[in-house]
Amino acid sequence: MTTTAVAPPRAAGPTLRNLRTIRMIWFRELIRLRRMPTRIISSIAQPIIFLLVMGAGIGSLVGDRGAGGVSYQVFIFPGILAMSIITSSLFSAMSIVWDREFGFLREMLVAPVTRGSLVLGKAVGGGTVSVAQGLLLIVFAPFIGVSLNPVRVLGLVIALLLLAFALTALGIVLSSRINRMESFQMVMALVMQPMIFLSGAVFPLTSLPAWLAVLTRLNPATYGVDLCRRVLIPEAPPLTLFGQAVPLWGDAAIILAFGAITLALAVKLFANAE
Amino acid sequence: MRRFGDFTAVDDVSFEVEAGELFGFLGPNGAGKTTTISILCTLQSPSAGTARVAGHDVVTERDQVRRNIGLVFQEITLDDYLTAAENLRFHAVLYGIPPAEVQARMAPLLDMVGLSDRADQQVRFFSGGMKRRLEIARGLLHMPRVLFLDEPTIGLDPQTRTHIWDYVDELRAREQVTMFLTTHYMDEAERCDRIAIIDQGRIVAIDTPTALKASVGADTITLSTHDDELAARELAAEFGLSAEAKGDHLVLRVPDGEAFVPRIFSTLTVGVTSVNVRRPSLDDVFLKYTGRDLRDADSAGSLAANPMVRAFRSGR
Repeated sequence: MTTTAVAPPRAAGPTLRNLRTIRMIWFRELIRLRRMPTRIISSIAQPIIFLLVMGAGIGSLVGDRGAGGVSYQVFIFPGILAMSIITSSLFSAMSIVWDREFGFLREMLVAPVTRGSLVLGKAVGGGTVSVAQGLLLIVFAPFIGVSLNPVRVLGLVIALLLLAFALTALGIVLSSRINRMESFQMVMALVMQPMIFLSGAVFPLTSLPAWLAVLTRLNPATYGVDLCRRVLIPEAPPLTLFGQAVPLWGDAAIILAFGAITLALAVKLFANAE
Repeated sequence: MRRFGDFTAVDDVSFEVEAGELFGFLGPNGAGKTTTISILCTLQSPSAGTARVAGHDVVTERDQVRRNIGLVFQEITLDDYLTAAENLRFHAVLYGIPPAEVQARMAPLLDMVGLSDRADQQVRFFSGGMKRRLEIARGLLHMPRVLFLDEPTIGLDPQTRTHIWDYVDELRAREQVTMFLTTHYMDEAERCDRIAIIDQGRIVAIDTPTALKASVGADTITLSTHDDELAARELAAEFGLSAEAKGDHLVLRVPDGEAFVPRIFSTLTVGVTSVNVRRPSLDDVFLKYTGRDLRDADSAGSLAANPMVRAFRSGR
C-alpha cells in the first residue's frame, strides 16, 4: 500500500457534528434567502395588501365597533403579522420538497448525522427566515397607529418565533411524503387558508356561533395570533377557552407544545422515510 | 479487506471487492445496479442477507459505513444557490471534519478537479461537467475508503467524460481509494480492474475485463482477397479452418488473431486486399452471458433515465 499524502481528518464527535449540522442548515436557509431577494418581496407583498386594502376597506365598514375598542386596521395588524408567519413558515418546508426534487436532500440523508438534527436545522432555519420576513412589516406599525416600545417588540419577536417554529414543524410533517412541488402547493393551500381564517387574524373571536368558536379553538394558530395581538395591543380582549381568559403564558405553552409534538412527528417521519 | 458479503438485492447478488480496486458494475438500466449501490450506501435496507462495506455492516453499523464512503450519484445533488466552496463546507460539517482542516482538504481537491478559480461562484452557473467534477471532489472531501460512482458520466459529452476519467485515474494513483462504479458504457467498464455483469437483478459474470473477453473465445479476422473461394480452400487445407464467406469478404475465428495474420500472408497464394482483426468486446461478453445485446437491453429501459422516473425514485 502506498502512503497517502494527507492523514484522514480527525472527525468531530457525534454531538458536536449534529450541532454543527443544525447550525449549517440554518445558515444555508439564510444564504439562500439572501440570494433569492424576490422571495422576500413576494412574501411581504401579500400581507401589505391585506393590511392596507382590507384594513381600510373593511375598517370603513365596521368602524371602531367590535374590535376591542381599537380601529379595525390596528386590530388586524398583529393578525396580519401572524398571517405572514403562517404563510412563510408553512412554505419554508417547500425547500425540503425542492431539495428532494433537486437531489440535495440525498446528500444530507446519506450523511452520518441524525435525522433529528436535519429536521431541527430546517425548523430553526425556516422559522428564522419567516420571522425576519414578518419583522419587515413592523415598519408599518407607526403609520397605522400601533405604538411600539422595546418591550412590545421583544414580546412580538418571541411570539413570532414560537409561531414560526411550530408551523415550520407542521410544514415539515406535511412535506415529508410529498415529492413534487405541485402537490406541495396544493396541500399547503388546503391547510393554510382555514388556518388563517379560523385564527382570529382578521376578525375577533369574541361573539362567534358555537361551531365556529370550536373550530377556532382547535386551530393552533389561534393562540399565536392571540399572543401577538395582546403583546402589541394590551387593551385587546383576550382569547377565551372554556369561558376563561387564556393567559399569555398559556398561549405560549400551547404553541410550544404543539410545535414540540409536531417536530417529534417530523423527525419520526423522516427517520422512516430513508 | 473490504468485504461485500452475501446479500439479496433484487435477486441473489454476492461478491467481494479488494481494497484499492476499481470495481465496475455493468448492466442495462433497471438491472439492479442502483438498488445494489443504494444498499451498500445504506440508503435502502436489504430485505434479506448482509453486506459489509469498509469492514462495517450496512444495517447495524450504518453511521460507520456512511463515514467511510463517498458518493457520486447519477443525479446532481449540489445546492445550486450555494457556491462551490459552500457546498464543500456544508459537506465537511455533515461529515464532522474539523473547521480548521477544511480549507487544507478543500484546496487540493478543487485544484484537482480544475475548479480552484470557481470556488466562490454559485453552482447554478456551472456546466454539467463542472458540477459533476465538484461532486467528485465533494465525495472525496472526508477521505472515504470507498468511493461509489453511480453512472458518473451519464448525460455528459465525450470530452467531459474523458476529463472525468483523467481525474479518476489521477485519484487512484494518488490515494488508495476503492472505487465502485456502475456504468452502461462499455469503454468505461474496460477501465475497471474487475467487472460484474448484472442483468435482471443477477450477477451473471464477474472477472477482469480481459478474462471475461477471453471467456467469449476467439478473435474475429475479416479478410478480403482477390479470390475468396481459393483463399477459403487454402485456409482449410493449411490450418483446418472453415472460413465463412460474408458478402465480399471472409470471416474466420482464431484464438490469437494478431499472431495469426502473418501466417495468413505467408500461406495464401492469392493477393490480400484488406485484413481486420477484432478482439471480443464487452458487448460480446454481455451477449454471451445474457443472450441479449447491451444496446438492445438498454433501449428497452432507457426511459428509466427520464426525469419522471427519477422523481419517483428520489422519493424513496
